[in-house]
Amino acid sequence: MTRWPRLSAPGTLPDPARPGSLAGGSIRLSDWRVPLSIVALCALPWLLPSKALAVNVLVYGLFALGYNLLFGYTGLLSFGHAALFGAGAYLTGISIGQFGVPWFAALTLATAGAGVLAFAMGVLSIRTRGIYFSMVTLALAQLVYYTALQASSWTGGENGLRGFTVSTINLFGARINFLDPVNKYYVILAFAACALWFVSRVLNSCFGATIEAIRENEARARACGYDVGRIKLLSFVLSGLVAGLAGALSALHLTIVPLDILHYQTSGLVVMMTLLGGAGSFFGPFIGALAFLLMEDVFSLWTSHWQLVVGAIFILFVLFLPQGIWGTLIALRKRP
Amino acid sequence: MASYDSRTLSRRQLSAGLGAAAGLGVIAMPWVARAQADSIRIGFPIPLTGPFGAEAKDQARSAELAVKQFNDAGGLNGRKAELLVRDDKLNAGEAATRTLELIEKDKVHAVVGALSAAIQLATNEVTRARGVLYISISQSDAINEVKDFSRFTFHEALNPHMTTAAVAKHALKKGMKVAYLCADYAYGHEMLRGFKRAQAAIGAESAIELMHPFGASDYSTFLPRIIAAKPDVLSVCNFGRDQANAIKQAVEFGVNQQMKIIVPVLLHNQRLAAGPDVFEGVVGGANYYWGLEDGVPSAKTFNDGFRAAHGGAIPTDYGAYGYTAVRSLLQAMTTAGGTDTDKVIAALETLKYDIAKGPQSYRKCDHQSVQSVLILESKKKSVMKSENDLFRILAIEPGSESMLRSCVELGLPI
Amino acid sequence: MDAQLVLMQLLSGVALGAVLIMTALGFAIVFGMLTVVNFAHGALFMVGAYAGLFVVERTGSFWWALLLAPLAVGAFGLLIERMLIRPLYGRPADDPILLTFGLGYVLIEGVRLVFGTQGIPFATPPALVGVVNLGFGFFPLYRLVVIGVVALILVVLWLALEKTKFGLIVRAGARDPQMMQVLGVDIRRLWLIVFGIGIGITALGGVLAAPMRNVSPEMGSIVLAEAFVVTVVGGMGSLFGAVVAGLLVGIVVSLTSLFAPEMATISMFALMAIVLLVRPEGLFGKPGLGV
Repeated sequence: MTRWPRLSAPGTLPDPARPGSLAGGSIRLSDWRVPLSIVALCALPWLLPSKALAVNVLVYGLFALGYNLLFGYTGLLSFGHAALFGAGAYLTGISIGQFGVPWFAALTLATAGAGVLAFAMGVLSIRTRGIYFSMVTLALAQLVYYTALQASSWTGGENGLRGFTVSTINLFGARINFLDPVNKYYVILAFAACALWFVSRVLNSCFGATIEAIRENEARARACGYDVGRIKLLSFVLSGLVAGLAGALSALHLTIVPLDILHYQTSGLVVMMTLLGGAGSFFGPFIGALAFLLMEDVFSLWTSHWQLVVGAIFILFVLFLPQGIWGTLIALRKRP
Repeated sequence: MASYDSRTLSRRQLSAGLGAAAGLGVIAMPWVARAQADSIRIGFPIPLTGPFGAEAKDQARSAELAVKQFNDAGGLNGRKAELLVRDDKLNAGEAATRTLELIEKDKVHAVVGALSAAIQLATNEVTRARGVLYISISQSDAINEVKDFSRFTFHEALNPHMTTAAVAKHALKKGMKVAYLCADYAYGHEMLRGFKRAQAAIGAESAIELMHPFGASDYSTFLPRIIAAKPDVLSVCNFGRDQANAIKQAVEFGVNQQMKIIVPVLLHNQRLAAGPDVFEGVVGGANYYWGLEDGVPSAKTFNDGFRAAHGGAIPTDYGAYGYTAVRSLLQAMTTAGGTDTDKVIAALETLKYDIAKGPQSYRKCDHQSVQSVLILESKKKSVMKSENDLFRILAIEPGSESMLRSCVELGLPI
Repeated sequence: MDAQLVLMQLLSGVALGAVLIMTALGFAIVFGMLTVVNFAHGALFMVGAYAGLFVVERTGSFWWALLLAPLAVGAFGLLIERMLIRPLYGRPADDPILLTFGLGYVLIEGVRLVFGTQGIPFATPPALVGVVNLGFGFFPLYRLVVIGVVALILVVLWLALEKTKFGLIVRAGARDPQMMQVLGVDIRRLWLIVFGIGIGITALGGVLAAPMRNVSPEMGSIVLAEAFVVTVVGGMGSLFGAVVAGLLVGIVVSLTSLFAPEMATISMFALMAIVLLVRPEGLFGKPGLGV
């Protein structure tokens, strides 16, 4: 039983005129995946128990979307993405709080900064493979964590970063009250939508096809003449950019950056969400984030031992539903 | 979980259950009517899950007692109070989310809570931006400082400056040599700073100052150096598991036979977790101990109320914070005649209350609760009269503003 | 610097190293033989400590705990392998990492459910309380005993691996599992037993560490990180490497704390990253493993 959605039904070839058909899902759905996602996300705050939870779903969904690029599509299990998410968050907070940078510039700066960190981490880790890759990313992320802990005059250390709350924003001349939960949600959604579109374009391109080829059989991709190392690095950086943006938006939403955002447990969280939703599928990450956060919310009402239930569900998924919720739905639909 | 406010829970369960169905992308959910429109709602985010679950449950039980006593006495002209307990999972991001939900969805009039320093600062950041009153019941120096303070921020708990000064006053004498073993994070640094300031005033001096990584499980690499420095006193400046582990290993190395061990805060639950033998003779500060009832009438009333509500159990130190914070808040609301934030702030600033441990009041410039600090010594197993008889009260430092850093020093207008 | 102090620090380092070896050995066995990165390792260490506590409370004897707790948790390890890990053979190598990650959550919360969230006191066995005068300082007797016990276990393990038929099969199975199957060895049964042994040794580490640290559900999280570092530095396929690295890391941490204790954790992970990048097979590992 594989985790990845089958590239195509056995015996058929992917249609070169439709590069998107490699990426799983039925043909019609994948054409409209970005608008569909955005419509669903627009409705989300009204369906969930609270707006704050809805923003968390957006933020973590975005994080998982970026992570999925590396894990689901390129096949590299990174255990260090918390560093990228956290870098985005801290850079946003520090820019706004200590340097008075306007919010939009801070977001851009933070995303770019996360990209740079992803480049550095990628250069160091891409040369290793398999389990070693996971361990290197874990070690590098822990280094970032302990550095942030020590650099407490910048990051607030154990106490976290505060003092950068953005209460009103200027958007094309209009002053919007950012403290209002509905306004906040739709502003963040605008950024998420851009990221969704960007990721969809990346996946639809030749690059998207290549990374899946690398995932399926790296030696063969190399034999076909692809510079596997460089492509993996690019995938790492793109994934880092999206994860960094998610972190930046998280900072704007919560108005704090806690230190444990950099801890490997956050890395583990995004792995769980991606797997739950369906690694290697487009809708998977958001569905996984939604499912996980809802489960957490609902189970913690019934018992203070909700982590046991969530952990058990995750184990069951790894064993029996490795394609995740969405991946399984796709596979079921494809079966004759 | 049935012990919490069942009315709020069942509505939340309902909406969360429907939300789960919506998560499958199906049902649009009608909003269910929430708590009574005119009840006084107090948000209470605490770490019910995770390593401090026991302390958090104590906080919740005591806070609920305060609310119950208020309601039984008629409330505010018939208007009842309601405690909305939420789980922040000992995670600052979760705490911020819960606080946002409490303010935006549940429309609470005030928030009380937090157990760790990072979490109270996170909660505070959210409440102060929205003009919601927040009373923190977690120990920290940072919340009194300019960067985090706001007129909506109140601090009911002791801070490291107060506890270290009180413990130092009792345990250190002129000419003593003091060794320090501190956790290398903000709270550890605050404790060290407080001790050093107090010791300088007394005329004692540091023999050696060692910082250990926060969360370390093994202290064997620090103890030989401490022993070699031949101090009179070892001050262990850390918290929770770190404190229990450090003291346990120090006792292993025979440190307690060569010097006195003191801590800034002696925690009830940590002493239970480590046992009487490990902590024997250790001296530390506390905000509350049930044994106070022998001398302080309000402590007896509090204890009796708690015993009656919880089958003979006694409240712990963290439990007392939950009680005093919520009750002082409700008292201020009564004085203010309602929940209008500005009026309640004004009432809190002038409030004088004695509800569990003697006289308390909030200082105007930094909203720090001025209160007594207890100096406790952990009892030897053989002299414990019951399983709750953990500590001996050596002294009670009466509350006064001289225990705090001055408003000028904090950078706050008086 | 006082020579006596340095000697004491060195001895502390060796004692610390002994505990690190115990925590890393179980992890290295499971990784070296089965190529499974066990993210639940720290949680199982903690379960071992609680199992020890359970036995001590029922029998009043620490020695029974040393014997029974690892056996019980090792048996539990057999169950884990059979039900959870075995279905993952043949699947991408990442799957056991993911599964054991979830398992860690389940175990920690399970222990909280059964034993409560607070720590529980675990007294040093009365016979081993106290300090020993070594001439250059006083050292806790219990820690010296731990050094002795760990050394004994290492000798037993070495004998079993090098001198017995079973040890031969295990070593061959790690080198080339397919050849072993061709030769008629039931490789799955071998892996089951090896996994159980690895978990048992981890649990033994937990019981040994319990009197030194307080027993709480979170006591395993730092152990996981330490096991990673020691295993990676020593060589992810090598048990000898784990031993050497455990001692090395213990002594380095102990001596570093003389100069810059707050750098201890950063330096551990920096060391791990450097080794992974420069010499991924570690000090004593065989190149090419883990691909």
